[in-house]
Amino acid sequence: MAGGQERILRGRIKSVQATKKITRAMELIAASRIVKAQQRVVAAVPYSDMITEVVRDLSAAGAGSDAPLLAGRSEVKNVCYVVLSADRGLCGGYNSGVLRATEGEIKEDALKGRGHTVVAVGRKAEGYFRFRGYNIGQSFTGFTDNPTYSIAKEIGEYVTGLYESGEVDRVELVYTRFVSAGSQEVVQRPLVPLDSQVTEGGDGKSETGRDYEFEPTPETILETLLPRYVEARVYAALLNAAASEHAFRQRAMKSATDNAEELIKTLSRIMNRARQDSITTEIMEIVGGAEAMSAGN
Amino acid sequence: MADSNATMRVEVVSPERVLFSGEGTQVITRTLEGGEVAFLPGHAAFLGALTENHTRIYLDDGTIQNLAVHLGFVEVGADHVTILSDAAELEEDIDVAAVRAAKVRLEEQLRTEHSAEVEAELRRTHARIAATGGLDTSH
Repeated sequence: MAGGQERILRGRIKSVQATKKITRAMELIAASRIVKAQQRVVAAVPYSDMITEVVRDLSAAGAGSDAPLLAGRSEVKNVCYVVLSADRGLCGGYNSGVLRATEGEIKEDALKGRGHTVVAVGRKAEGYFRFRGYNIGQSFTGFTDNPTYSIAKEIGEYVTGLYESGEVDRVELVYTRFVSAGSQEVVQRPLVPLDSQVTEGGDGKSETGRDYEFEPTPETILETLLPRYVEARVYAALLNAAASEHAFRQRAMKSATDNAEELIKTLSRIMNRARQDSITTEIMEIVGGAEAMSAGN
Repeated sequence: MADSNATMRVEVVSPERVLFSGEGTQVITRTLEGGEVAFLPGHAAFLGALTENHTRIYLDDGTIQNLAVHLGFVEVGADHVTILSDAAELEEDIDVAAVRAAKVRLEEQLRTEHSAEVEAELRRTHARIAATGGLDTSH
């Protein structure tokens, strides 16, 4: 019956409209959070710049030669991957990007005979690697859209602990770098041991000219400074990841909203045709009936 | 020694934001193992690790900015002093009543048990109290 079909279509349009409202709301929320997240990324720059400079000055003064966090190990047997993913889905390819990049690296390491430890940040990474049976060291969840420094501290302490105990020989950070609102990229950065590029003064030459006085000794300062430096790096990565997450979510929700609009358009068209069909049929029936009556007379 | 009108750029930076930034004439802070140090404009390049302390920044308009700095680093050049700390609080951000209550509670706790954590917290509390004018109740 034609009227029945019309009713079904009306119901479907309503449900698509409801979905569209939700995706639109999520899009707007994500858009407003990008701005905030971006500001936090910018606000964290002075600290990480200065701490990098201080580390550089200290190693230029010759303090860093035997600090464990600076010295690399000749043989790398176990690599630790810190994966920054989101707690929630509905953000397009954001999670699969970092997860796939990490899985690829782990498989490559396995071919070279290296072991791995995954430090999962965000529920998605935890679920993904746990389900596939990877070796998870620890997971940190429940904050990825709004990370704080104390969390970066926890992660930093955990991974430096892993490194110092000899459980892993290298720590890599995998996250989505926020380039701009329109572009983000999955990157992998070495975290521990701290790369010599930083400590040698960017382009390899050590800084000269500034002769520092130190109090207490350069070694003691470096000892307390390096963990802070690792934390600052993790924090910067967390902020980048959060901003990227919002950007990805905004894009995903925008295309979902557009798609819902398209769907509503198509469904209304079909519904109108069905309504017209039923009216036409009705008229035909009336005309046919009248014709039959007049023929009977 | 630079002339007495000289100022220097003073910045207190935490990982989350720049906490304080301005022109100052003197900065007093305390290093690990060292004790209190004061920096004037034109100081030699200096790098130090800080303990929990009450840091004072003498601004060029004659006022003093008090801060509680809980560990961190200070980097000094001829025209700037930069304090890097993952936990620093400006005087005006400290809740005096809560800090006083915390001091009493922590001292009580230390009487029965000794833990490094409680001691560190007490040192932070002392820095906060010093930064908000000491134990002087008229403040």
